[in-house]
Amino acid sequence: MADGASALAAAERQDRLEAWGGVALTVLSLAALWQGLHYLAGDSAIASLPATLRETWHLLSGPRYWPHFRETMSAFLWALLIAVTGGVGIGVALGGHRLSGEVAEPVLVALYSIPKVTLYPVVLLFFGIGLNAKIAFGALHGVIPVAIFAMNAVRNVNPTWLRTAATMNLGPLQTARHILVPATIPEIFSGLRIGLSLTLLGVMIGELFASQRGIGHLLMTSIEVHDVRRIMAVVLIVSVLAVTLNALMLAIDRRLHRRV
Amino acid sequence: MDVHASLRGVTRIYPARAGRPPLHALGPLDLDLRRGEFLSVVGPSGCGKSTLLDVVAGLALPSAGTVTFEGQPVLGRVPEGIGVVFQEDASFPWLTVEDNVAFGLRRAGTDPAEVRRRVDYALGFMGLADFARAYPAQLSGGMRQRVCIARTLVLRPRLILLDEPFGALDQQTRLLMGDELLRLWRETGATVMLITHALDEANLLSDRIGVMSARPGVWIETVQTGWPRDRDSTLAARPNFGAVSARLWASIRGESIKALGQAREGAGR
Amino acid sequence: MTKAAWIRLALLAAAIGGLEGACRAGWLPRTAIIPPTEMAAGGWRAVASGELNEDMAQTFSVVAIAIMVSLAGGFLVGFAIHGRPRLRRALDPFLGAYYAIPHFAFYPLLIVLFGLGPGPLIALAVMFGVVAMIVATMNGLDRVPRVLGKTAQVMRLTGTDELWRVRLPAALPHLFAGVKLAIAYSFIGVIAGEFILSTKGIGHAIAFAYDNFDARSMYGLILFVLLLVASVNLTLHTVEQRLIQRRSR
Ligand SMILES: Nc1ncnc2c1ncn2[C@@H]1O[C@H](COP(=O)(O)OP(=O)(O)OP(=O)(O)O)[C@@H](O)[C@H]1O
Ligand SMILES: [Mg+2]
Repeated sequence: MADGASALAAAERQDRLEAWGGVALTVLSLAALWQGLHYLAGDSAIASLPATLRETWHLLSGPRYWPHFRETMSAFLWALLIAVTGGVGIGVALGGHRLSGEVAEPVLVALYSIPKVTLYPVVLLFFGIGLNAKIAFGALHGVIPVAIFAMNAVRNVNPTWLRTAATMNLGPLQTARHILVPATIPEIFSGLRIGLSLTLLGVMIGELFASQRGIGHLLMTSIEVHDVRRIMAVVLIVSVLAVTLNALMLAIDRRLHRRV
Repeated sequence: MDVHASLRGVTRIYPARAGRPPLHALGPLDLDLRRGEFLSVVGPSGCGKSTLLDVVAGLALPSAGTVTFEGQPVLGRVPEGIGVVFQEDASFPWLTVEDNVAFGLRRAGTDPAEVRRRVDYALGFMGLADFARAYPAQLSGGMRQRVCIARTLVLRPRLILLDEPFGALDQQTRLLMGDELLRLWRETGATVMLITHALDEANLLSDRIGVMSARPGVWIETVQTGWPRDRDSTLAARPNFGAVSARLWASIRGESIKALGQAREGAGR
Repeated sequence: MTKAAWIRLALLAAAIGGLEGACRAGWLPRTAIIPPTEMAAGGWRAVASGELNEDMAQTFSVVAIAIMVSLAGGFLVGFAIHGRPRLRRALDPFLGAYYAIPHFAFYPLLIVLFGLGPGPLIALAVMFGVVAMIVATMNGLDRVPRVLGKTAQVMRLTGTDELWRVRLPAALPHLFAGVKLAIAYSFIGVIAGEFILSTKGIGHAIAFAYDNFDARSMYGLILFVLLLVASVNLTLHTVEQRLIQRRSR
């Protein structure tokens, strides 16, 4: 139906327009909130938006601060890799084996809820000061939500689908490829999205102490010398990075979930 | 003629939503529900029957046209005196069966002794007396639907709207529940609009049957059954019973084929 | 107790026993970790000595206030956003990224806004806890079957009655997930805030012990915090399971 297809296209266009308009409005409101807080609390508490933007440009334009960003990014990527592979591995194993899952679930949930910052001294004692400690700390934050989501994803695979696969004489590999993966990917991906944010936070908290490089270190030194502009600039950079990554993953997430 | 509820030129178009164009689900159609009559609505799947019920109840505003109940316009709020049993299970999972049934009465501030009396009666009537303290999760789908019917009936609505209320029941229970519904209808004098896809059920229970077209649903025929007010499921043995059912099927068959086509087209996109 | 619970207990006991043995046998460096019995003794001494009473009072009262503000605020805000689908769609990417933002960077601002007392710490913990509750509230309300809302309308319930008698109980099991998270996050926010920035509270006491190479107090307090949070969480988990069980079909 030609008119149906064009109506659908028009609806989709309209939809996209609305989505972008909403995002633009949100950004504007956040900017307004920021400026409002600036007028309310003054320069010593929160730098004005233009001053922050200037500082952000200063941080990003010359190579002087790049090592900090590079350091954080590489720690983040390593931590993410560990959190994702570890989390998915643990989650799939626990989801596939009922009793193990029952044994482990409350432990996972309890681990998720503890203030992991208290474990920082322990991590430092084991990994020493440096990149490894940050990676470990980031992975520690990200791995558990990924594992919890993956476990639930595997648990929620409809047994009838597996029986259907059996009636079609699918082997274990084919069953995994055609049933398990498509059935669990959307939920696992949601876990990754949450794990990603927490991993980034974990890495930065890891950099706060006992590190000479990285965004977290930059933040801590700025807090120590009370350089409010720089604090805000770093927060802005991290937030933009996190929101962009998350929006991308959210778009993929929506697409994956639309099918189920 | 004493009109209890009426629709004039009613259409309902679901507005466009995330990646979907607007959908014309119903109408335009007129309807006059006579006070005390038993009307059934049959139509192919997805033709807008539940949408029609929403509009009559005031749960949804028509995109065009007007709805009145007892002479007053219905404007996006459910008027007092209308009871609805929905197609989906609407029992409250956090309340026991008896608390579910008593829910509306308690909200209306009915005297506790009266609540007790009416709830006990309704539970007995619906065959739920042994399950008064159970939670819906412990019941079968058909029993949960009976909880919803009881919860609606204890409020003694003057207009009862039922959307496939017996859908989850087996055929025998279905017939018995139909008889109970007829008895209740006679005793209370309420007006009933029953949505069903079972042609025999519509035939058996109704004074009048409206047949709807495929989406967007409009009337294609109205069939008067001419059954006496005092009737029950033994009607099915009458010689002209089959004739009415056959007539319903003749008028709905083409529409059902069309509706199936719509569904296939939707799936093809 | 279920079979799984027994196995869990046995594994936990084995892990603790193993750690104890490994430490005593000298396989693990004493500078890094001490035997669990010494941790427990250290924790007990630190808690029972009374030196930490002030810190604990501060931490617990701040956590309690933060939890209440997060739960009530999160529910109300989540409810408000849920009723506005466009607003919600616009906010979604921001809410999802929220937990990557290093909130403690706002501490200077919070001090200016809330003064020097426990105010900034409460605000920090609320910033951490409230969003979990907002998100869980919206997800919970999403899962309330539409037909229950229609039923409330047919019963002619008013706005607050509808919310209180139908929507809230229907969403409760899902809200509970948010309650759990908001409580955990409030704890995390307060302890992390104390650890990083404050000069009082249990979090600060841990950092202080670490800085002074007082491994016994440090591990003892870590153990104390972990046990406390884990037992709060397990209690909530049990309640939640009961709730779900009653309703699962
Ligand atoms: N909230 C909604 N938003 C958009 N479209 C809807 C909505 N509710 C129903 N529809 C569409 O409107 C049409 C009519 O739906 P309705 O539920 O009224 O049909 P029905 O006759 O009750 O079907 P069934 O016999 O399956 O119960 C269907 O195509 C359905 O997909
Ligand atoms: Mg329907």
